Amino acid sequence: MDALKLTQVWVEYGSKIVLERVNLAVSPGSFVSIVGPSGAGKTTLLRLLLGQEAPTRGKAMLFGEKLRDEPGPDRGVVFQRYSIFPHMNVRENVLFGLECKGSPVFGHLGGKKRRAALDEVDAMLASVGLKDARKLYPAQLSGGMQQRVAIAQALIMKPKVLLLDEPFGALDPGVRADMHVLITDIWRTNGLTIFMVTHDIKEAFALGTRVIALDKARHDAQAPNRYGATIVYDVKLDRKANAVPPPEIEAMAAGA
Amino acid sequence: MRRLLNVKPRGGVLLFLSVLPFLALALVYVMASEARHAINPSDKILPTLEAFARAINIMALQVDQQRGEILLWMDTQASLFRLGVALGLSMLITLVLGLLLGLLPALRALAGPIVTAIAMAPPIALLPILFILLGLGETAKIALIMIGVIPCMVRDLTAHVRSIPEELLIKAQTLGANTWHILTRIALPQSLPRLIDILRLQLGPAWVFLIAAEAIASDVGLGYRIFLVRRYLSMDIILPYVVWIALLAVTLDFLLAQVNRSAFGWAHPKGAR
Repeated sequence: MDALKLTQVWVEYGSKIVLERVNLAVSPGSFVSIVGPSGAGKTTLLRLLLGQEAPTRGKAMLFGEKLRDEPGPDRGVVFQRYSIFPHMNVRENVLFGLECKGSPVFGHLGGKKRRAALDEVDAMLASVGLKDARKLYPAQLSGGMQQRVAIAQALIMKPKVLLLDEPFGALDPGVRADMHVLITDIWRTNGLTIFMVTHDIKEAFALGTRVIALDKARHDAQAPNRYGATIVYDVKLDRKANAVPPPEIEAMAAGA
Repeated sequence: MRRLLNVKPRGGVLLFLSVLPFLALALVYVMASEARHAINPSDKILPTLEAFARAINIMALQVDQQRGEILLWMDTQASLFRLGVALGLSMLITLVLGLLLGLLPALRALAGPIVTAIAMAPPIALLPILFILLGLGETAKIALIMIGVIPCMVRDLTAHVRSIPEELLIKAQTLGANTWHILTRIALPQSLPRLIDILRLQLGPAWVFLIAAEAIASDVGLGYRIFLVRRYLSMDIILPYVVWIALLAVTLDFLLAQVNRSAFGWAHPKGAR
């Protein structure tokens, strides 16, 4: 069964066509990098996978079921910014998902349940390297640490799919390299299917097992919104062996 | 020569600059008062400092013969009670309405326009209606303050809740949160610091409505007293009362700011002022 199957998907806002004729089948455990110039519908595709956007036409299936048109715990997400709650400390941020699951009415766990949940949270925080930052608030954390919290927060729900929206775009190069190691590790150990939108072509090829490039295949200069973007390149990679972007994709990104 | 916008006073200079306008005001007053009294020793418009001392003694230190209480204390108690009840209820109503309107588009469609319409009606114009419907007692005065401040507070809090980044609401949903979870665990705590700031901004209008209500129909209260002694041109009482009201307002504002800072540390990270 495919983790994700898009069949002739179109996304339109009124008369503006953002995505057209998108066909995609992704097998479970893939790490799909999504690249493309600005305005080519990368974020729209991610919003579609999140359930924030429903396809105007076509079919979107997630693990054989119709994609729900609401975000849910089966799909975790990490955004570039605003991924964690500023009024909760690191531990509370990661605990939040477990509290929602365990207590539909109050959203609070107490006593033995809370202790068990906190053990799980602490183990998760240790695995992303945040053991000593448990009591800190987001405003006290560096950008890289904030993204680690966001990843831990998503992973604790054990999602089947992890969606990353330019997660490392705002980080320093050194921190970014650390995060690449972390996310690769997490992807391998949890058997996740990951979709990552990125501007960084090198990152896309270094991390992905598959790179998808979105762009407008047709263009009307008089009516720029008449045609939407679609998948123009779909490169399957043997990870690590083939981590260099082909020149035509480099050229496209350079024009972005 | 440095640019004026780069000249930042510190320490003693800062203190001196802050105090200077007060001293200047006091000096101008004393000079004007003396000039008037030189022409007319029984002038009531700009009383002398001795006259103030006498009036303050009568109002704030002596027990009033008729009422059997100290008038300033009685008035202050009555006014602060009205203000406190009105602002407390306003905060509660604002919190509920602001959260719901900010978070639920369907409710916003239903109630948004009418809140805006009510906010446009001048509250003082509603005062006669309140007196007719609720009588001349405490209820009408408290209701006036509430009607005066709630629409603005609700609109502000609604806007604040709507400005919570969409990413956070999406993230919460991917963590399995339902609407109630998002309301109580995300939107509510993120609204509380703003609610206190909104309250601080509405303190000014709240005092205006309080004084107006007390001036028109009351038998006790700071606003009542000012408008009562106005008939006798008692500037020696009016001016200290005005200073006292301003002092109360400033103290209230300061206390609320302190509460905000100490209770919601996450919203005020160090260095980010």
